[in-house]
Amino acid sequence: MGRQETLLYLDGVSVSFDGFKAINNLSLIVGHNELQAIIGPNGAGKTTMMDIITGKTRPDEGDVYFSGTVDLTKLDEAAIAELGIGRKFQKPTVFESHTIRDNLELALKKPRDVFSAWFYQPDDKDTARIDEILDMVRLTARAQELAANLSHGQKQWLEIGMLLAQDPQLLLVDEPVAGMTDAETVETAKLLKDIATTRSVVVVEHDMSFIRDLAARVTVLAEGSVLAQGSLDHVSADPRVIESYLGR
Amino acid sequence: MITQTLIRALDRKALFVVALLLFIAVAVPVSNLYLPEGHPLRVPDHFVPLFGKYLTYAMLALALDLVWGYCGILSLGHGAFFALGGYAMGMYLMRQIGDRGVYANPVLPDFMVFLNWKELPWFWHGFDMFWFAALMVVAVPGLLAFVFGWLAFRSRVTGVYLSIISQAMTYALLLAFFRNDMGFGGNNGLTDFKDILGTPIQSGTTRAVLFAASAIALALAFLVCSAIVRSKLGKVLVAVRDAESRTRFLGYRVDNYKLFAFTASAIIAGIAGALYVPQVGIINPGEFAPANSIEIVIWTAVGGRGTLIGPIIGAVLVNAGKSWFTGVLPEFWLFALGGLFVAVTILLPKGIVGAFTGGWSALKARRASARAEEGTNLSGDLKTSPAE
Ligand SMILES: Nc1ncnc2c1ncn2[C@@H]1O[C@H](COP(=O)(O)OP(=O)(O)O)[C@@H](O)[C@H]1O
Ligand SMILES: [Mg+2]
Repeated sequence: MGRQETLLYLDGVSVSFDGFKAINNLSLIVGHNELQAIIGPNGAGKTTMMDIITGKTRPDEGDVYFSGTVDLTKLDEAAIAELGIGRKFQKPTVFESHTIRDNLELALKKPRDVFSAWFYQPDDKDTARIDEILDMVRLTARAQELAANLSHGQKQWLEIGMLLAQDPQLLLVDEPVAGMTDAETVETAKLLKDIATTRSVVVVEHDMSFIRDLAARVTVLAEGSVLAQGSLDHVSADPRVIESYLGR
Repeated sequence: MITQTLIRALDRKALFVVALLLFIAVAVPVSNLYLPEGHPLRVPDHFVPLFGKYLTYAMLALALDLVWGYCGILSLGHGAFFALGGYAMGMYLMRQIGDRGVYANPVLPDFMVFLNWKELPWFWHGFDMFWFAALMVVAVPGLLAFVFGWLAFRSRVTGVYLSIISQAMTYALLLAFFRNDMGFGGNNGLTDFKDILGTPIQSGTTRAVLFAASAIALALAFLVCSAIVRSKLGKVLVAVRDAESRTRFLGYRVDNYKLFAFTASAIIAGIAGALYVPQVGIINPGEFAPANSIEIVIWTAVGGRGTLIGPIIGAVLVNAGKSWFTGVLPEFWLFALGGLFVAVTILLPKGIVGAFTGGWSALKARRASARAEEGTNLSGDLKTSPAE
């Protein structure tokens, strides 16, 4: 696949923190409407990779392109988010002193400048969209409660809902099922697969049964670069993967 | 669109506060001017400027709360914006003195004649006109806040570092205004005012009008703040306070939001300062003292930050306490203030207003759960009031 056809394109990306190479010559491609799972041991650089894509960390070298043409290394977090890249953090981060509905309203794709926000009135379409998302993430009954009252798993769902409200082309989802029950985990896999029919989703996870449910292409990251890539069965048979990750 | 935003700003609580302030704006002057001396309902003469001063402090605390309580920016330099607004008004009042000064110079204020200056410095031009001074009251604090905020927020200075540089800002201004050659009257500041808008500044009527103006200005500032915090803009500010980087990853330019809140807040503080000066009759560099800015933080914390009513209550109560205390036990006021701050931080972390609304919603929750238990619906989850 040439760069022009990709949605996300990383080539030869490296970043080091105080001499420690967290990302080392990493190359990775995400296609349009692709669901891709990323696994790898703790400290492999998965979260750092998302930091680079979303503008939180600048790479020391390498190319990062969105939609084939937009150089993400030149943009800041807000600009990248406005381009259409949404991110769920490893530690669920919602606005705890806002209601669940307000959390979604804040995420909803609308002009982001100060004065538009001041004079914003949700119209019927906005309300309908928020209702729809509330329903998808099963929080309709609690819409008026403060987000602080949610359980860990529910916060994860709210954050996925906020991602949806942003209406991004690419969702980066960092460890979405941590703190969820088995049933919730299954539901989350369904939800993400559903989302990936109309947008691209990159999921970082440790939970192997969840990865299996996703039935997606798997990229194994280790020590900051790609170790193996392919179906879950393919990568789990790879001796290097077994040694560096699965075997431990 | 704008009207809707304004209507939303006027919920029942806000309406009550605005109505109360407007009532005070009328009742206090009327009682002072028209009731006969000795009438039990008459507000005594010296109370009018004193209460008026409290109202300007309340406005200052409200301004601080907009950035601290709602946006998480703990400014320890808000006294500077207040003082700059005050100086702009003071310069107008100085020019109003005209040739009635000790040296009877029709153009130069006394302190300039004393310093042997022959000409009015360029930055004193225009201050003989009220409209120009009024513009500067807004523009100077607003511009300083804009430049300061632009530099600080763009380079992502937050938390304690921001507090420290805001304190450094007011301290630098304190030192600058102390110097005679700055042209603002040095450590004596600006005083001995005679007229405001052609009427004697000491007259009962003028004082009553200044009081009413302070109450109305506070009501307007309250409305503006209410329109901000109850809109989506206000929700973004709270989002920035609680999870700044999350807000950024949603696509909001956090620095612009902070800059807006900071500048708006500085303008409100400047207007408060401009109303303060004619009522106390003096403005000097002491208003830039770092301790003043810290006191504003204490008023706000005592009343309850993150509520719009809290800072108003806090500013009035603490300053009324200060007036009383400095009358009976002047040496102990600073200890009392420090003790109050510690006590409030430990016992009432959300201030007086927070304690009241917290108690009220806990009561409502208890009633609701009692009702749920009585009824057949046993599944109703017995939520206690939210921790926030
Ligand atoms: N801002 C940072 N400063 C220093 N070291 C960092 C920073 N961010 C990540 N690291 C280091 O980079 C490595 C990769 O971390 P991370 O991307 O969080 O791993 P993963 O998400 O795969 O568990 C870790 O060793 C971590 O300590
Ligand atoms: Mg991680």
